[in-house]
Amino acid sequence: MLTLENVYTHYGKIEALHGISLEVNQGEIVSLIGANGAGKTTLLMTVCGDPRASDGRITFMGKDITETPTSEIMRSGIAIVPEGRRVFSGLTVVENLQMGAFFSDKSDFARTLEYVYDLFPRLRERHSQRAGTMSGGEQQMLAIGRALMSHPKMLFLDEPSLGLAPIIINQIFEIIGKLREEGMTIFLVEQNANQALRLADRGYVLENGKVVLQDTGANLLVNEDVRKAYLGG
Amino acid sequence: MLEVILYFIQQLINGITIGSTYALIAIGYTMVYGIIGMINFAHGEVYMIGTYVAFMAISGMAMLGIEFLPLIFLVALLSSMLVSSSFGWAIERIAYRPLRGGNRLIPLISAIGMSIFLQNYVRLGQGSRDIAMSSQISGGWSFGPEDGFQASLSYIQVLIFIVTIISMTVLTLFISRSRMGRACRAVAQDLKMANLLGIDTNRVIASTFVIGAALAAVAGTLLGMYYGVVNAFVGFIAGLKAFTAAVLGGIGSIPGAMLGGIILGVTESMTAAYFSTEYKDVVSFALLVLILLFKPTGILGKPEVEKI
Repeated sequence: MLTLENVYTHYGKIEALHGISLEVNQGEIVSLIGANGAGKTTLLMTVCGDPRASDGRITFMGKDITETPTSEIMRSGIAIVPEGRRVFSGLTVVENLQMGAFFSDKSDFARTLEYVYDLFPRLRERHSQRAGTMSGGEQQMLAIGRALMSHPKMLFLDEPSLGLAPIIINQIFEIIGKLREEGMTIFLVEQNANQALRLADRGYVLENGKVVLQDTGANLLVNEDVRKAYLGG
Repeated sequence: MLEVILYFIQQLINGITIGSTYALIAIGYTMVYGIIGMINFAHGEVYMIGTYVAFMAISGMAMLGIEFLPLIFLVALLSSMLVSSSFGWAIERIAYRPLRGGNRLIPLISAIGMSIFLQNYVRLGQGSRDIAMSSQISGGWSFGPEDGFQASLSYIQVLIFIVTIISMTVLTLFISRSRMGRACRAVAQDLKMANLLGIDTNRVIASTFVIGAALAAVAGTLLGMYYGVVNAFVGFIAGLKAFTAAVLGGIGSIPGAMLGGIILGVTESMTAAYFSTEYKDVVSFALLVLILLFKPTGILGKPEVEKI
């Protein structure tokens, strides 16, 4: 569904990604793990076209999107829950969700909203509250809800557990599992390697802008090197 | 005693008249700043062009022998809004968009260049002398004793209040209720994220320039009819005043621009009345310095706080 072939990304003169090749297939959860600064977020954002890949090819659903403008890529069926959530803090919960559905069919809006509210009942309770006044966990739920409003074919999650309490993290991962059961294709970037790999069909390990290891989630979980580097021995 | 009160009321009326047009222009500064963090120094020129177009429309209709006043006003207003909006759109497209993403100072210089270009473009086309026009709407109401000081409220002042209130209401409804207004607010808060939701942020930015220019044209038409005179350089000082109003109210905040405009207009007319006309600009810009020193976020502006 999503394929990266030998993708390079530069920030100015600094090369952040050195020839990444990977793929995410329909209905899979693929986890990308790696240390801080390994290039995980850069990889996700490069697929979104911001920053743009300086070399290589990115295809989504059979279409080359390497040169496509960001807004067009995001309208073609990818939705992202970015690092740090980035909810619109001055807008209310429901307005944030409306922004997520900006390009979707209007007749479908009420039904999709119900679906998101059923997934996150907290959002229903707080629908007219300004997003900036909510807790980190609630903002994360809103960010996921906003992404789902556009009926994406593929969901990008960038560190959804970052800075959240363990109980909230479990809730978020539960929701991710639920989305998978519904057939959503998910590309998950996490530092929390343990939970990310347990949920994943397949995983990639990123080190210094390179894929150093790829395997099924279960195999990576028991891999000696991965255990040492990311799972605390 | 009555005379003193009437005199004060008169200054208040004059101040609010000027202030509401400052507010209309200030919205253009504040919306653009709110979205891309840039001061559009060519905005005053858009206002000036609005006045010229309104004058042309009015004299054109006079030549055609049209005398129905509401029609004259409406045609002048709409044509001025249309032309100014096109200028607003083109300025963004030509002078700012290609420079976006670089150093913030570069579009600022480009804006000053655009401002000088437009002043001289109009001067070459229309001549450097003042263009005057007889007032279309004369008369008004007077209050007070027959033999003493009379406070007056002219019809054109009432028109300015009404049109300003309508424009502000439409704008507020647009920003708070419409789909595009919501997109404007979202882009103002986090442009990159809005882009990641599939929103073409360039179009949203262009539309704020168009809206700001249309409101400046409303102010241009109204003030043009109020003063009855225009030249190619009126945009400079009007732009600076409106910018002061935007900073006073809190740049980036639309209600702030409205409030800042009124406060500045009233301050000016009070200074002119009780102190000296020559000092009114001194006082308004002293106000700008004081606000920047003691409350840089303005009256309604919020300091940028992010909750993690």
